[in-house]
Amino acid sequence: MTADNHITYRDACRMGIADALRRDQRVFLMGEDVGRYGGCYAVSKGLLEEFGPERIRDTPLSENAFTGLGIGAAMNGMRPIVEIMTVNFSLLALDQIINNAATIRHMSGNQFGVPLVIRMATGAGRQLAAQHSHSLEGFYAHIPGLKVLAPATLEDARGMLWTALEDPDPVLIFEHVMLYNTSGALAAGAGAVPINKAAIRREGKSVSLITYGGSLPKTLAAADQLAKDGIEAEVVDLRTLRPLDEETILASVRKTRRAVVVDEGWRTGSLSAEISARIMEQALWSLDAPVARVCSAEVPIPYPRHLEDAALPNVPTIVAAARGTLA
Amino acid sequence: MSPAPKLHLTRESLVALLRQMTRVRRFEEKCDELYQVEKIRGFLHLAIGEEAVCTAVMANLTPDDAVVATYREHGHALVRGVSAREIMAEMYGKAQGCSRGRGGSMHLFNAAHRFYGGYAIVGGGIPLAAGLALADKMQGRKRVTACFLGDGAVAEGVFHETMNLAALWKLPVLFVCENNLYAMGTRLDLSESETDLHAKAQAYRMTSESVDGMDVVAVDAAANKATAMIRETGAPYFLECRTYRFRAHSMFDPQLYRTREEVEQWRKRDPIARLAERMRQAGMIREDEISAIEEDVKNEIAEAVRFAEEAPWEAVAELARFVYAESAS
Repeated sequence: MTADNHITYRDACRMGIADALRRDQRVFLMGEDVGRYGGCYAVSKGLLEEFGPERIRDTPLSENAFTGLGIGAAMNGMRPIVEIMTVNFSLLALDQIINNAATIRHMSGNQFGVPLVIRMATGAGRQLAAQHSHSLEGFYAHIPGLKVLAPATLEDARGMLWTALEDPDPVLIFEHVMLYNTSGALAAGAGAVPINKAAIRREGKSVSLITYGGSLPKTLAAADQLAKDGIEAEVVDLRTLRPLDEETILASVRKTRRAVVVDEGWRTGSLSAEISARIMEQALWSLDAPVARVCSAEVPIPYPRHLEDAALPNVPTIVAAARGTLA
Repeated sequence: MSPAPKLHLTRESLVALLRQMTRVRRFEEKCDELYQVEKIRGFLHLAIGEEAVCTAVMANLTPDDAVVATYREHGHALVRGVSAREIMAEMYGKAQGCSRGRGGSMHLFNAAHRFYGGYAIVGGGIPLAAGLALADKMQGRKRVTACFLGDGAVAEGVFHETMNLAALWKLPVLFVCENNLYAMGTRLDLSESETDLHAKAQAYRMTSESVDGMDVVAVDAAANKATAMIRETGAPYFLECRTYRFRAHSMFDPQLYRTREEVEQWRKRDPIARLAERMRQAGMIREDEISAIEEDVKNEIAEAVRFAEEAPWEAVAELARFVYAESAS
C-alpha cells in the first residue's frame, strides 16, 4: 500500500466526479454554479478548468428543466451527473424525478431506462433555517424506480458515484452538509464500492444503532460513550436507503436483540418508521425491548444555533435512547 | 400566420399524407367505439380534427430522429411507424402492446422507432426532449428531436425553463405546439396573457412560426423548413400549429365550455376532407383511390383489433418486473 492521503469528504466527492469524467466520455456534470463558482459547497471547484464547459455545465436556475434534460440525455446515451444545490431545491424537480425518472422503465415495458445520477446536499447544522436544512432522503426512498444512497465516509463519498454511474437506473446521492469538512485518510487504492449493502462501522453485542449519512459520526461518538460504561453498541451504516439491506439490519438486531434507529428525518411517516416496521415484521421474537428512534423534532428547522441543535439527533439523545433499550 | 403555400408536393406524397391522416382518424374512431364497450379503459384522449399536425411533422423526420409526445399521441405513434396492432394491444392493456400493456393510451413507447413516449403530466416531456437533443449534440450526431406539446403546456414553468435552456445551449429540438385553443376546458384567452404562442418562443430568441394546423400541406411546408433549419444550424425551432379538437378532451368531458356552433365551424375545416377536396379539384386523385385507402385502413384496424383481442394478458407474476433493470445488482 502506498502512502495514505489526508483529504476531506468534499475532496472525496470531487475525486469521484473527476474519476468518472476521466474514465467515461459519456459522463458530464450539470447544475447551478457547478462551473465558474466551483459548486455551492465547493465540491466541483477546479473541474471546469480541467474538463471544460461542455462537460461542466452551469445551468440557469431551473431545477425541473435541467433535471429533465439529464433524464433525456441519459436515455440517449450519456451518463449525466445532475447536481442540485440542496434537497429543498430538489422539490422543484420532483415532477421530473418521480413522474419521469422513476417510472419510465416500467411504464415503457423495459424499452427505456434512465441511467442518471443526481447528487444533492442534505441535512441541517449550518444555521441555514427551514428552506436549506431538511432531510428528505427518506421521502425519496419511498419511490419505486429510484435508488437512494447516503455516503457517510470518505471511501463511500468517492466510490459510490462510480458504481451509481454504472447502474442502468436513476440513483440519487445525498451528501450531508456537515460531512463536507470532515477529513481523514483515504487509501490510495480506494475505488468503486457496492451500493446495495449496509456496513457495520463498529461491532458490538449490546444494542444495534442503525443510522446513515450525517448521523453516522454522532452515532459513533455515542457508541464511544456507551463503551465507557461497558455497553457495546453495534453501529450499522445503512449506506443505501433504497433498496434497504434488510439482511444486515436483521442479522445485527438478532444478535444484539435491541435496536435504535437514528435518522435526521422527521419521525412521522419516515424511513425510521419503515426500518422499525421491518424489524417488527421479521425479528419481533428476537427483541428484548421495543425499537427506539432518535429523529429530528417535528418542526421546520429553525435558525438560532441552540434551537437548531435542540431539533436534531445528538450524542446525548442517542446515548439515552440506547440506554433506554437496556433498562 | 404564413399564407397557405401552393400544392408543391408530389401526388405520391399527398396521397401518403391523406392515407396517414385517414389511418389516424379511423383508428381513433375505433378506439372511441371500443371505449364505449369497455374494451379500453382509463383515460382516452382523442385528437380527431388535429391529424394534420402529427402527420405532416412525422413526414419530415428521418428514422434516426426522435419523438417525444403528449398523452394525446395515438396518431403520433401510428404515423411514426409503430404498428396499429401494437398500439391497439396497448390500449387493451395487453402484454403485446407497445409498452407491454403497462402504459395504456397515454404512455405509448417504442424504442425501435425512437418514439420516446407519451407523457401525461402537461409539459413533462419537454425538458426530456431537450435532453435527448443535448445528448445528440454532445455526441456529434446530426439528429432532430421533435417535441409535441399542447397550448396548455405553455403556461407551465417547465416550458419556459426549457425554452430558455434549448435556446441558450442551441439544442436541435423542433418544438411543435399543437394549439387546439383549449387546455382541457379552459380557453386560451382565459389562461394566457399573450395568446400568440409563437411569440413566447421569440422572447427566448428562438426561431418560431405559426401555421394553419388544419392544413396538412401548410404544416408540411412549415415542418420541412423548420427541420431543414435545425439540421443546418443545430438550433431549436418553435412551430405553433393552430388546430382544433373536434371531440371531447377525454371520454369524461361533457364539453360545457364551448358551443356546438363553434365545433361545427371548425369541422368545416376538417384537414382530411380539405386535402381530399383540393386533390380532387386538382385532378390528383380519383374517388376509387380514396375508397381504396378507406378499405385498406379498415382492414388494418380490423386486424389490429383482432390482434389486441387475442393477445394474452401479462401474468400477474410479472407485475414487479422492470421497476429496475434486471441485469442490475
